[in-house]
Amino acid sequence: MKATSNLKVLSNKQLSRRYWHMAMDSSSIDEKIEPGQFFNIQSADNGSYTPLLRRPFSTFRINENSLEFLYKVEGPGTAKLSEYTPGDYINLLGPQGVPFSIKEGTDKILLLGRGVGIATLAALAQKAFNQGIQVYAVLSARSHDDLLAAEALKDYCTEVVHVTEEEQTSGVDNVREIMNNLITFYQIDAAYTCGSRRLSVLLQNIIKERNIDGEVALEEYMACGVGVCYSCVCDVVRNNTVYSVKSCEEGPVFPIDEVVFA
Amino acid sequence: MTKTDVNLAVDIGGLTISNPIMPASGAFGKGMEEFLDFNLIGAVVPKSITKYPQKGNKNPRACETFGGMINSIGIQSDGIDKYLNHTVPYYQQYDVPLISSISAESVEEFEEMSEMIAGSPDVAALELNISCPNLENNGEAFGMDEDITYEVVHKVRQITDKPILVKLTPNVTNIQKIALAAERGGADSLVVANTLLAMAIDIHSQQPKVGNVMGGLSGPAIKPVIVRQIFQVREVSNLPIIGCGGIMNADDAIEMILAGATAVQVGTASFVNPSVMKDMIEGIRAYMEQYQYQTIYELVGKTMDRI
Ligand SMILES: Cc1cc2nc3c(=O)[nH]c(=O)nc-3n(C[C@H](O)[C@H](O)[C@H](O)COP(=O)(O)OP(=O)(O)OC[C@H]3O[C@@H](n4cnc5c(N)ncnc54)[C@H](O)[C@@H]3O)c2cc1C
Ligand SMILES: Cc1cc2nc3c(=O)[nH]c(=O)nc-3n(C[C@H](O)[C@H](O)[C@H](O)COP(=O)(O)O)c2cc1C
Ligand code: FES
Repeated sequence: MKATSNLKVLSNKQLSRRYWHMAMDSSSIDEKIEPGQFFNIQSADNGSYTPLLRRPFSTFRINENSLEFLYKVEGPGTAKLSEYTPGDYINLLGPQGVPFSIKEGTDKILLLGRGVGIATLAALAQKAFNQGIQVYAVLSARSHDDLLAAEALKDYCTEVVHVTEEEQTSGVDNVREIMNNLITFYQIDAAYTCGSRRLSVLLQNIIKERNIDGEVALEEYMACGVGVCYSCVCDVVRNNTVYSVKSCEEGPVFPIDEVVFA
Repeated sequence: MTKTDVNLAVDIGGLTISNPIMPASGAFGKGMEEFLDFNLIGAVVPKSITKYPQKGNKNPRACETFGGMINSIGIQSDGIDKYLNHTVPYYQQYDVPLISSISAESVEEFEEMSEMIAGSPDVAALELNISCPNLENNGEAFGMDEDITYEVVHKVRQITDKPILVKLTPNVTNIQKIALAAERGGADSLVVANTLLAMAIDIHSQQPKVGNVMGGLSGPAIKPVIVRQIFQVREVSNLPIIGCGGIMNADDAIEMILAGATAVQVGTASFVNPSVMKDMIEGIRAYMEQYQYQTIYELVGKTMDRI
């Protein structure tokens, strides 16, 4: 029988105006944690109902005895998370969901991330790098300040391209060109994305045109995170039929060609 | 008194359950079995079933509000055939009664579906969800009308001898009248109640926070309203009441029992902690030991005597 776990906060630091980084002692979690999976984190103290629901976060880095999260302070849940200090305990439910997959024989992958989606892709970059796969990344954000959090990816990537609204480089046409150039030049085998609907649609088109594999990690609103409430559904096409599936259970990672982006 | 003296079993209109804790429809299912031994709870109550497969409402389907959440799922369902072929057999592996929640679009559909569901020997009781605020126009539901409530329950009563639980809507001016209509119709037990029709707006996008504009409020914020309604229903009806709305822990469950409930259903709390029903059962047992009660019945509606 699975149980939720109370993990000890090792560090919780502000990285930029809105981004925070938290590390927790995960030595009590026996289950293997894979990139793309998420934890449903209870930010309120036990018995306090504000905020009431858990909030889903994918793992940013998966280490032997610790777990790292990169999060953007958005509303009450993440604001409360930012108040924890080392030594505090936080209740986590997970790991949940379907992780990213890397097909056998893959040499080079390309990541396309925006905002907090970059955090989700970071764990994949870490795993691929450890397997000797070359990782390339195109990271998009509103401003350079928001990209600070993406610095960590540099450790695992052969090349990282930054595009921002501030510098007017994050438009779809420009990103398409950058992606296509990278795919051609490095002979990319598979591409992965998270964090933006616009970029997911772009990647969906690119992988079709270029005939490479692609996956997307969706960020649908989740209430239960365990597959019972139907709040996180998305549409996927399988064998020409549209199915409404729960992204906490059958996702959050999907083959990108399956997903119907509303 | 020793532990063994405490008896948590209750009868909810002809169905005996080993303890008064069961899940609320729509907040329970496969996926939670990894966190909770279903054999521990009083009954299993899967999500409401509709006759035909239906997709549910558009995203976002839920948002958090102060002390609660609003959902506008809209009963996503694979339809009754799949329910009978997959869901019902799945729950047979557990040693607890299966209560099937039925959601229909017309009185005739309630009859047809009840007949099909009640025909399954593996279904212990029917729960008529006449209260879902999402499907009917502008949040209206069958359960908002006394006559229709009577008609639905009366028609289903002709079909089956299995216990009929009627899940009332809290979105009415006078819940006593609706409760009595359900009782006249032949209900065996009343579930009080469902979610409160609600709305939340994102002030930045200036749009409603759920795709369906309005949805149902659940969670701790609604508990005082539900406790009041249990108390009111208890005043007019002797049918066993199943309290539902905002129960987060054993204390909340006991509060509803004191107000007049015989059993309770747990929804939103399971999203926060999928094994919470186990803690609730233990908490009720501890309370009964502390105050030396042997049966739940000694507590049911006790607050009435204290007024
Ligand atoms: C699988 C998954 C992985 C995620 N990984 C990360 C991550 O690594 N880092 C990170 O910063 N964020 C991540 N998110 C988003 C994160 O869950 C939300 O930012 C967070 O829940 C916001 O909570 P809040 O109380 O601060 O804000 P709120 O005021 O509650 O909400 C602000 C906005 O955040 C989004 N949001 C709120 N609750 C949820 C929810 N339960 N599910 C999805 N979106 C929600 C909504 O768009 C909402 O409008 C992830 C989401 C999902 C579904
Ligand atoms: C996500 C969600 C889905 C629900 N779906 C149903 C449903 O299908 N049928 C039903 O009768 N009630 C449904 N409900 C209502 C619950 O069964 C319960 O009546 C309500 O949530 C109040 O209890 P709570 O405060 O303990 O959650 C749903 C509630 C939630 C939160
Ligand atoms: S979050 Fe509840 S089903 Fe996915």
